Amino acid sequence: MQAANSMRCRLQCLALGLLAALTLPAAAQSDPFEGDPFKSHQWSEIKKDFLGGRSSRVVFDERVQVKGPAFAEDAMNVPVQVEFGALADVERVLVVVDRNPIRKVLELQPVARATGVSFRFKLEQASAVRAAVRTRNGQWHVGGTWVDSAGGGCTVSGGTRADGSWTQTLGQVSARMFSTAPGADAAAARLRLRIMHPMDTGLVGGIPAFYLARLSVRDAGGAELLRLQTFEPVSENPVFSFDFARAPKGPLRIAGTDNNGNRIDTVVP
Amino acid sequence: MNLLKVLCTILLLAAAAKPALAQANLQRLDYGLKARALAPQVWVVEGANDDFTPANGCNIINTGFIATGAGVLVVNTGPSRLYGEQLRALIARTTPEPVARVLHLNLHPDYFLGNQGFADVPLAATEATRAGMQREHKAYEDNLYRLCGDWMKGTESRLPTQPVQLGSFRIGQREFELRELKGHTDSDLVLLDKSTGVAFVGGLVFMNRVPTTPHAQVAPWLASLDALAAWAELKTMVPSHGPVVQGQAGLEQTRRFLRWLDGAFSTWAQQGWDMNEVLRGAVPEEFRAWAGFKTEYVRNVAHLYPRYERAVLQAARPR
Repeated sequence: MQAANSMRCRLQCLALGLLAALTLPAAAQSDPFEGDPFKSHQWSEIKKDFLGGRSSRVVFDERVQVKGPAFAEDAMNVPVQVEFGALADVERVLVVVDRNPIRKVLELQPVARATGVSFRFKLEQASAVRAAVRTRNGQWHVGGTWVDSAGGGCTVSGGTRADGSWTQTLGQVSARMFSTAPGADAAAARLRLRIMHPMDTGLVGGIPAFYLARLSVRDAGGAELLRLQTFEPVSENPVFSFDFARAPKGPLRIAGTDNNGNRIDTVVP
Repeated sequence: MNLLKVLCTILLLAAAAKPALAQANLQRLDYGLKARALAPQVWVVEGANDDFTPANGCNIINTGFIATGAGVLVVNTGPSRLYGEQLRALIARTTPEPVARVLHLNLHPDYFLGNQGFADVPLAATEATRAGMQREHKAYEDNLYRLCGDWMKGTESRLPTQPVQLGSFRIGQREFELRELKGHTDSDLVLLDKSTGVAFVGGLVFMNRVPTTPHAQVAPWLASLDALAAWAELKTMVPSHGPVVQGQAGLEQTRRFLRWLDGAFSTWAQQGWDMNEVLRGAVPEEFRAWAGFKTEYVRNVAHLYPRYERAVLQAARPR
């Protein structure tokens, strides 16, 4: 009896194996998600719009770590941490959110040896959150995480817009260098930076888009450490963490502008 | 025979001390509310020690009522119209006295979204709480409809309009003391029934559950816990969330949690941790074992960590 069962199983397994062998390649070719681990319908569009389309070289890569909460308690302030220190020759880091009405959140061009960036952003609905890192050879390396959400983060005003207090604080910068951030070695350093700005998405009735657009960080000698483009989905009064493999020489100069031309130019003591 | 009597008494006492947790029935939208007497004429109606889910009807709150001889004083009205109506029916089954007054201990949704069941009764809360409800009730309704589904059918906020009388006061044959503290929210009421020592301590005390913090300020909360600890007449504490507790065990739990959080968040902010690192930081086993840890602690971090973070950043000077 047992032998008969085992025989039947073997035959079934064989049949299943054959079936799989016959159908798998076809399935791979017609995978509508193009290998996306999140099986997101937006993925092919994101590749087209932000990563150079079909001809570009894109791999899902563990060396790009994206961390976020499993669900967004505050859809207007979803923390995301991107680490890419395991990759060499990084040229550009892009953070995109598949299901946001405005998908591009931030773009970083690491000039010195930046190894990571963290910040908070507005999430309109549950979505894959991705970081795409381009190395000098033109290859995109993509990592991501999934954040669940009640939604609505992009379509309501922030607190300082709602009460009008943003006018009192616009463009104020506070910052600090840390040498003790988790996982960092002795030579590494983290710059934490907060800039007061309402970061209006333009998706709330009667309030046009008004957001920080560019930011650059220079060391004491005037060398540019990193250059950042920020977009509407970055949270109100954003707090950024920038990780460097080697501590830059301060005092650091932080300069930038918003989309209305308001300038920021400050020195972190 | 005597031994049997003793055994019976012990069993009865044990049964009396056990929470009479509601068994929600989603098909019939019946919360299965039960009134448990904590003292003569003082009842608690216990919710699940959990997070909002359709399975528990989003009934995670302990409400209560006290028959005074001149009508019933109701403490909080639950998360929905249905809850309010079922609580009203439960009160009518439990005591012949009519409902005289409703008291809301703070502004949170499950303290007042059952008010439709008490539309004919004066509804009272502090000025700060009434203003807060006015500000937030739309968002509460949206959020609870999303989380709880059918349980919320027909729920519309009906806000309290009456002020509260702080200090000592009497209704019927009962002496009460009402104090306004703060920290869990901007205004946290504690109601003591003087003759029995039963106190409805609202959101200031959480028992076996991670505290909720959307409107919390840690330092005033800790100060309020000190004030509660020094209030000698409090014997039985009815927290809004988690089991009813004799003495100060619940208060001590909440105090340990807030002190740990304050210390850990300060240290992590000083070390430059980002919020995602805080979410993954080590939390003592005691707190991890409490109800709601997985979801509520994520909220604690979202609500409270930004303040610690801001405190360590230094103003940059214009160039």
